[in-house]
Formats: sequence, structure tokens, C-alpha cells
Amino acid sequence: MLGTAPSLLDLVGNTPLVELSRFAPGPVTVYAKLESENPTGSIKDRVAKAMIEAAEASSELEPGRRLLEPTSGNTGISLALVAKLKGYPLTCVLPANATAERRRVLELFGAQIVESPGEEGSNGAVRLALELAERDPSYFMPFQYANEANPRAHYEGTGAEIAEALDHVDVLVAGLGTGGTLMGTGARLRETFPNVVIAAAEPLPGEAVMGLRSLDDGYVPPILDVSKLDRKILVSNEESVRGLRELLDTEGIFGGVSAGAVAHVARKLAGELEDGVVVCVLADGGWKYLSAEFWEAEDVAESMENTVWW
Amino acid sequence: MTRVRIPPTLRSEVGGEREVTGAGETVREVLEDISGRYPALEAQLFDAGDLAPFVNVYVGGEDVRTLDGLETRVNGASVILLPAMAGGC
Repeated sequence: MLGTAPSLLDLVGNTPLVELSRFAPGPVTVYAKLESENPTGSIKDRVAKAMIEAAEASSELEPGRRLLEPTSGNTGISLALVAKLKGYPLTCVLPANATAERRRVLELFGAQIVESPGEEGSNGAVRLALELAERDPSYFMPFQYANEANPRAHYEGTGAEIAEALDHVDVLVAGLGTGGTLMGTGARLRETFPNVVIAAAEPLPGEAVMGLRSLDDGYVPPILDVSKLDRKILVSNEESVRGLRELLDTEGIFGGVSAGAVAHVARKLAGELEDGVVVCVLADGGWKYLSAEFWEAEDVAESMENTVWW
Repeated sequence: MTRVRIPPTLRSEVGGEREVTGAGETVREVLEDISGRYPALEAQLFDAGDLAPFVNVYVGGEDVRTLDGLETRVNGASVILLPAMAGGC
């Protein structure tokens, strides 16, 4: 696309679909939607922009009000861009063991950081952010886990783009985090391709980040309706890293950990079909994971135990 | 016998074991068999006869909520129990 854009916010979405013919050769065609092509390098640009613009449109968010969000990285970085361009200060609550790159990028964008206990994973960040928001009502918390603008961004964006680009889709694979990508993209694709299988790739967390006190501290994002999923498949950290290394080796795609997991599941499900089209959504690139130890570690699984990767 | 992996959150209910085994053809039968030996586990796993909301159960790596729920057949695959956790970075 040639031309100019008024700002980076106008360049969110419309990401490319590329065929993975080397990573997943065979009768089934696998396409990857490269969300790393968004302005800050992840799919969360869609969500951050949509949540803030929805809050502005409903007058819930007044100019200059401080934003607060629990995030181990990508959503925070996307919110930091949106906040900067629209003039809102931002505080992110992130687990103490989030990678150094994420923290540094957030700081460079001018976000304030509040740490939650690393061993509580994302649940800990969610809990602390909810507490802070309750204690201080001057915060505006977009809260991607419960904000309908999150799945809507994928319904109107990610899903609509895939439906427009392809004549047929048999399987959609995306990573399960908040559930936004799967709910929104899935709903939109089902309208055009009623028999599409919506498959979630879900991280098998390391033991150390599962250290919740009891199951009652568990969390299911309000926007996630598991009954809308056809498949929900666990992927180990090791399988994810193998997937991302293979994506790099075969296609030159430098993806993040969840991208490796999603590609792994896409290939597995392609193997269950005789022909057809599988689309997988690769949420980010590998740049924010460069400081991670898994690249050189002898025991990849062990090196990834203490962190929530997506 | 089906091997069932126990998350850290539920280990005190099974005497600290990381993995236990249970008999049965379906997830319900296997989990009920284990709960028979570890009664504290039952209240954590079941809610009015159904799976409790913050427990995820996987057979062969797939969530039984997208299979046949508690009636999912185990067929020699191993079972993983996990707490529901927030993802989404």
C-alpha cells in the first residue's frame, strides 16, 4: 500500500496472510496472519486502539485521565502507544518475571510500572490491578479480559480481513489468552464459513507459575466463552519453542512463543484433514523474547518454568 | 489405570503427589475413583455433579470442555488437571 497515514494508529490491522508451504507442506494449505506487522509489533495494537476509542466514544474516558492495565507486555506496549498519541498517562501492572525487553519498552514509552508477584503469573497482575482500580477511582482500566471492545476489534478487524482474503477456511487457530482473538475472529469467520473449526492453542504453564493458593483464585476471563471453541489444545513450552524455531528455519518467520505454539497446533490440525485451508494467527514477533534463556538452554522446558509466556 | 497429573494447587489434597492413577473409562469415572481415595479432592473438582468452574481437565492434551465433558473417554491417554489461569499478555 503506497501513500501516507496521519498517524501510527491508522496503520493498525490489515496484516498480511502468508502461506506456510515449507513449515506445513501437504494437501492442506496453512496460512499465517502476521500480527507482528502492527505498529508496535503485536496483535494487541488492535485491542488497545479499540478499547480506548470505545471508551472515548461512550465518554467513559475523559481527556488526560490515567490508564491502568494488568499486562505482561504486549497489551501494555500497545496501550503505551495509543496513550502517548492520545495524551493519556499509563500505569501497567506486570508480573515481576516479565522479560526485560517488555519492561524497557514500556518505560521508554513513558509508562509507569507496578510489579505483581512473579509466581502468581497473570492472575496476580489481574488481581493487583483490580485492587488498585478499586482503591483509586481516578484510574481508568480498559481491562482487556472483560472489555467487549477486545473481541469486537477481532470481529471487525482480524476476522473480517481473513474472510475477505480467503474463499474458504476450514480451521482457525489462535492463541488463548484473554480469549479476544478466538471469540471475535471466530464469530466473524463463522458467519462466512459456518463449518469452520475454531481451535485454541493454550499454554501448559510451568509449575512455578501455577502456585496459586487455591483453585478459587483461578480466573476465567469474562469475555471468554469456552462453548464457542471447537478445540482447546495444550501446548508445552518446549513444543512452542520447537515451533518457533522451525518457523524461523523454514519460512524465515521470527515469531514469539505463542506464535510457535499456534503454528504447531495449525500443523497438527492440518494433518487431520485431507484437504482444505487452515489459518493461524501469529500474535507477535520474536524480538521481545531475545533475552529469554530458552534459546541456548540445554533443558528448554526447565528454562521456561518461571514465566508466563502468553 | 489412567495417569492423572495434579497441579501444585491440588497436591495437598492428594498427599503431595504430582501424579496419581485412577480407574475408569470416562473422565468422570477416573476422577470419582481418585476422589474416593482422596475425599478432599472431590469438593475441589466437582460442583453440583459438574466440573468446577476453575478446574480445567485435559485428556490427551485437549480440554474436555470441548470434547464430551466429564463423559469424555480416556482411552489410555493421560489426564492433566490445571487451575484456570489468566493468559493474554
